[in-house]
Parts: sequence; structure tokens; C-alpha cells
Amino acid sequence: MSLGFGGAGRLPAAFMTTGSSSFTEFISAHSPELLPSGRALPVGGTVEAPHGTTIVALTYESGVVMAGDRRATMGNLIANRDMDKVFAADEYSAVGIAGTAGLAIEVVKLFQVELEHYEKIEGTLLSVEGKANRLASMIRANLAMAMQGLSVVPMFAGFDLDAMAGRIFSYDVTGGCYEEHDHHSVGSGSLFARGAMKKLWRPGMDAAAATRVAVEALYDAADDDSATGGPDLGRRIWPTLAVVDAGGLRFLDDNALAAVVELIVADRRGNPGGAR
Amino acid sequence: MTMPFYVSPEQLMKDRADFARKGIARGRSVVVLGYDRGIAFVADNPSRALHKVSEIYDRIAFAAVGKYNEFENLRVAGVRYADLRGYSYDRRDVTARGLANAYAQTLGAVFTQESKPYEVEIVVAEVGEHADEDQIYRLMYDGSVADEQGFIAMGGTGDHITAGLKERWRPGMNLGDALALAVELLGQDPSGGPSRTLTVTQLEVAVLDRERPRRTFRRLAGPLLDALLSSENPVKDVPADDDAAPGRHDTLTGETSPVSETAPSSDDAAGGPPEPDPS
Repeated sequence: MSLGFGGAGRLPAAFMTTGSSSFTEFISAHSPELLPSGRALPVGGTVEAPHGTTIVALTYESGVVMAGDRRATMGNLIANRDMDKVFAADEYSAVGIAGTAGLAIEVVKLFQVELEHYEKIEGTLLSVEGKANRLASMIRANLAMAMQGLSVVPMFAGFDLDAMAGRIFSYDVTGGCYEEHDHHSVGSGSLFARGAMKKLWRPGMDAAAATRVAVEALYDAADDDSATGGPDLGRRIWPTLAVVDAGGLRFLDDNALAAVVELIVADRRGNPGGAR
Repeated sequence: MTMPFYVSPEQLMKDRADFARKGIARGRSVVVLGYDRGIAFVADNPSRALHKVSEIYDRIAFAAVGKYNEFENLRVAGVRYADLRGYSYDRRDVTARGLANAYAQTLGAVFTQESKPYEVEIVVAEVGEHADEDQIYRLMYDGSVADEQGFIAMGGTGDHITAGLKERWRPGMNLGDALALAVELLGQDPSGGPSRTLTVTQLEVAVLDRERPRRTFRRLAGPLLDALLSSENPVKDVPADDDAAPGRHDTLTGETSPVSETAPSSDDAAGGPPEPDPS
């Protein structure tokens, strides 16, 4: 067994190699088939696979908020109604994904292990830029698959412990990593979400106001993009929303989200565009 | 033409074992002992950056004595083993038993095949849901494994400390009493000389706290450790919440005001000139 867990025999040489604190580097040397980009692709033809849709992130006074809708689509069908697309990367950062869901979740899983691995081996946290660059290199490794239609476009939001401020990074399929200011959105509904945030975002907002803007932007995305899930009051499915500040990352619980969503739905009754 | 002298296998193994034992005995001791809510690690180690006790995974920790560069290499291998296993299966499927086996095979192979055995002794401990599910494995330089109940002392004056623990350690001790006992025994001189009083800065202390979710390993330092070690202070266990100060939350200090955390040196990943031996 290539994993080297057989029980018999000493740990393979890759385990004892010195100098690297990257988990990705270790598995690409030891068992490259475990990498998300480590599989052989059939030539030609595209694969139908569930796609994740809209993620928004915006900074506020003391941190950053990231939120995502819960829908995954496959062609014109809804593949999943309650998929989580915003994840905690570590204690001080969140990552949201749009694109091919299976692949994206695998990339996030690897990214989470990568950060924890570094933390344990080096005994210190990676800088925000360091984390953003590690994610970029994972997306870069995925380019061959992106060219066959299996693209992954994440968004990364972290709290910078040196600057004591929230920061947002966006990516393209080639692994380009760009720092965004104030707010950003990725996925199929991102155009509408970005428009909403342009009008609603204010400098120096508090966490509650930022939460409301994030949920409202997702509402607007769902209003015009069929692939983005809107508020589902019947099933009580709310967006996933993570708040990252000096105290770390926390996900807003269902009760708090329900209150925000219900308020927005009530405000939009008879005023579907949210004009104010 | 030179002919190598014949050395009997018995003699060869004995020489290697003596060599490794001597190296290990030169260092200072580490004590691992169970308490009512977890497993505590106490090392006589004044260094803040070169650790003898470290986190491996959610409920697994590592402690070692001997040559730093050798056990650091094993620690990194252990973190890789655990993370790889957790990544390809699930976080719950990473066990101390599996890791202890991998270490035993590695140490055994090094002992018989390499030109020099590793001069290290290792403990791999896993905290369970209940005290009777705790596992503490001790691995010797030649790859032999022992499944210990309750406590282990190794390196330096290990035998003396073990004798003391046998007499005075009880299952279900609270953390304060367990730490005070370990620190007292670490300071004793087996040859009958005056005891040293180890201060907080001379100690490296960590716990696997079974009440914490997910990652249970925390280092203890500062006023919290002072309070736990003093017999008058009512603090007998670690707080349920981590320090509020922004930064890495791997250390519990009990300080309320934000402290500027000095980052440990990142030359843990071996390479370059041989590391100084902190033991």
C-alpha cells in the first residue's frame, strides 16, 4: 500500500526528509495520487458535475465577513440545497468556493491540512499573505482540469494580525492572486452581489451591519441568478456566514441568521429591489 | 590486506544499546502523567523554542528526551504521518497506537541497520473520552514499545522519578497536584544532594485536555502555571477558554491583557549545522 500505513517496515524516506513544512510538498513526494490535481484526465469531453455558486466577502470596522448561498447546481437542476461553501481555513481565515464543488471541497480540505501542518511543524501561524499564496499555488496546480471545464475559483478572507484588519483575496483559474479592497464576490451570481455591495457597503460598519449587507447581497444575487439559492424560509435553510476578527473565526448560528434573513425578506415585501 | 575483527552479534547489539543509553541518560528528564481531566507533560527544559513536548494531532502528543536533531526528525515524521492519515481517512482515524507502531518500526530499523542508533526515548500519548481510555506508549532507542499505565519518566534521573511516581501518583489526581508532584520529583537529586526548586521559566509544561473539542493540546505558561504549581492557590485545572489575546492559541497563560507573543524560532525544521542539544 503506497500510503505507508501497512504497519510493517519503517516510515518511508519522505516522512524523514528535513526542510519542508508544507503538507502539499510532502504528499506530492510521497503519494501524489492524493492531490486534487493528481489524477489523470480523459482526453476531450467535459464532465457534468455539481457547481457551487455565489460567495461574498466584505471588510468591516474590526474584521471581515464571508457568506455563501447553499445551492449547488448541475446544468439546469439543483444538485444540492444545503451545501456549505464557506469553510474555516484556520482560526483566523475563511475560504469560500465557487466552481466544481467536488474538486473545490477537496482543495479546501487540503488547504486546511496545509495550514494546520505548518502551524504544528513551525510552531507559529502563517502570515495572511503566506496563506493566500499557498492557496494560489493549489489553484495553479489545477489549471489542467480548469481547461477541461473543472475549474475552482476560491475567495480567501483572513484577519491580518499585524495590521489588525480584515483582508480579502480573490483568484483566477490560472492561480493569480489579487488583493481586493472593501468587498468582493465570486461565482455565477457575483455580478449582482457586487452591484448590491457597491451600494450598501460603508466604511467603518460594525459586524451586524456587515452581516446584513452580506445576506442582502446574496438575496440580490439569488433574485437574478437562477443558480444562486435565495432565502428558503420553508425549509429554514440560511446562508453560511463566517465572521473573522481579532478573536478568531466564528460561524453565525441558525437563529441569528434566521433573524437577519427574515428582516430582509420583510423589508423587501413590496420593494423587491430593496430601493431606499 | 586488513581483515575486520570478528565481533559477535550479541556484543555489537550490546555496544549499540550502551551507546544509546548513555546518550539518553545525559539529558534532563521528562515526566508524562495522567490526571483526572487529561494527560500532563512536564519537562525540565529552559528553552522556549526547542521543545521536548509537542502536538501531533487532535488528541495525540509527543514527548522525547535525547538528541534534539534526532527526535525533532521523528516528531516531524509523526506530524506528517498523522496529517496524512487524517487527510486520507478521517480525523478520528488517527490513533496513537498506529503512530507508536510506525515509530517502533523506524527506531528498530535504525538501531540494527544504521551506523549509529538514535539516542532518543519517546512517549506517544493519546487522551481518551474517559481516563481509562488514555493511552501512553513509551518507545525505546531499539524500537521496543511499552504500553504504560498512568505515568512515565524518562531521561536523566528517570529511574528515580519513576520510583517516586510509583509511590505517590494516584489515578484521578487533579492537574495542580499532578504538576506539583512531577516538578518536585524533577528537582530531586537521586544521589542525595539538595533538591533544586524548578521555577516556571525552567519548565516546559503541556496538557492534553480531554474536555476540549478538536485540538486538545495546550502549553501552560505564565501566571496560570504559577497558580497551578503553588499549593495555596485554589486553581487546580486549566480554564475552559483559551487566552483572549489575538494570535496562536496554543498556550494558556491566564493573562487577561493582550501580550506580545514572541514567535518561536522557525529553525525547528532540521538542516544546516547540528542543533545544540537542549537536554
